[in-house]
Amino acid sequence: MNDPSAASPGQLPTIPPLVAIAMRPLPLLPLQLVLTGVLQRIHRRNPALFDRLGAHARARFGIKPIDLPFAFVVGARPPRLSVVRELPAGLDARIAASLANLLALLEGRVDGDALMFSRELVIEGDVEAVLALRNAIDDAQLDLATELSSLFGPLGAPARRAFEAARGRVIGLPGQGESSR
Amino acid sequence: MMELICPAGTPAALKSAIDAGADAIYCGFADETNARNFPGLNFSRDELRKGIALAHGRGAKVLVAINTFPRASAVDIWHRAVDDAVSAGADALILADIGLMDYTARRHPNQRLHVSVQAAAANPDAIAFYAETFGAKRVVLPRVLSVPEIAEITRESACETEVFVFGGLCVMAEGRCSLSSYATGKSPNMQGVCSPPSHVTYEQTTDGTKSSLGGFAINRFAVSEPAGYPTLCKGRFSTAQGAGYIFEDPVSLDATTLLRGMRDAGVTALKIEGRQRGRAYVESVVRHFRHALASLESGTEADIASLKPFTEGQASTLGAYRKTWR
Repeated sequence: MNDPSAASPGQLPTIPPLVAIAMRPLPLLPLQLVLTGVLQRIHRRNPALFDRLGAHARARFGIKPIDLPFAFVVGARPPRLSVVRELPAGLDARIAASLANLLALLEGRVDGDALMFSRELVIEGDVEAVLALRNAIDDAQLDLATELSSLFGPLGAPARRAFEAARGRVIGLPGQGESSR
Repeated sequence: MMELICPAGTPAALKSAIDAGADAIYCGFADETNARNFPGLNFSRDELRKGIALAHGRGAKVLVAINTFPRASAVDIWHRAVDDAVSAGADALILADIGLMDYTARRHPNQRLHVSVQAAAANPDAIAFYAETFGAKRVVLPRVLSVPEIAEITRESACETEVFVFGGLCVMAEGRCSLSSYATGKSPNMQGVCSPPSHVTYEQTTDGTKSSLGGFAINRFAVSEPAGYPTLCKGRFSTAQGAGYIFEDPVSLDATTLLRGMRDAGVTALKIEGRQRGRAYVESVVRHFRHALASLESGTEADIASLKPFTEGQASTLGAYRKTWR
């Protein structure tokens, strides 16, 4: 009876440890370039998203997928993203969860408070900044498959299907042909 | 059928609530005039106008909560909120302050008024005062009453009654609780924030997580122990009688099993708490209660999925609706 696009908290899979180990030697720069492109596109398409950050628009957030061998440092204004092996000191806030939960949060498929209650989401630092970020993202109704596939020009349609399938595997939702929200 | 009143902290959540079957959505402006004044949350004037247009186009109503108590030196902020909500086409204003009700009744005599839970109107005399003096059409009852008490109050009142059926549960008399103020200087009653996130810290230790409010440690959770909001009323304290939850366990209200009793009590509307929650919460909880109401009407057994994943402390209670401590 629940909305099929909503993922139930506590049920999302994690990346198998062996896969995470295999990813360790991978260079981070290509991923950083792609994700920076996505962030800048989101920034252009959703200026109101960053308005909701208010006084926290210049905060630097460390985001750590607990099942991956790297992490992200993200700033909203100006939009900046770097991929790092370890989160540096001096960040305004740190957010840690499984990759699936982070992706589901980004797309509004899970509730952040519910993840906090079940201890699947860990926050440190400026809680107010994290809350503003969470609320801003939840309102933006982001679709990562759409955002990523937009970088592929004429190959956008097959890229979108591939990203939807990948997202489906990570989050545990239907891939190709899933209903868009 | 009883109306389903659903929360929206953002325009996207408002749309989710409509999609999931809300009869009405309640929301507030992005300032201290409402009791969910959290960062990144709530509506601008323009967003409210668009949200109301969207809701009306889909046959849903929008109720605007202006339910904090104005500061004597800044009453204009609250008056402007009332004027702008009326101008935007709000179907009702949810108010707590007597002065603000007086202003609204005089300035906008045709505007429908609801008495907020923050007014703590818990008996027929209090409700009659709001109805007779300001023309209030509905009262949101405090979460301190049993179902038989709700039935009795509803029977004796000229006002419609609305009750909470799911979400965060205040153990205190709402609108009167100052626990948050003691630790942070801010409260839901005046600034619209209980346990403001600016005063909350989480510290990770080898034993788990320590949560603090205003510099006071209020709880420690083991690594896999379910957690709750960092509010003083749900803090774990050491006393001469032992350590534990002195005021209230971290649990959420879930009155799914009491819907028949609420209907028989004459309740007009059921309210879901949670304007601070995300779209996923709004979608799932609203669908849950829409389905439960449909089952109630058809006399069939509801196939109801558990809302446990959305509850504080991963646990639910019937709260005062079923008082077992008397």
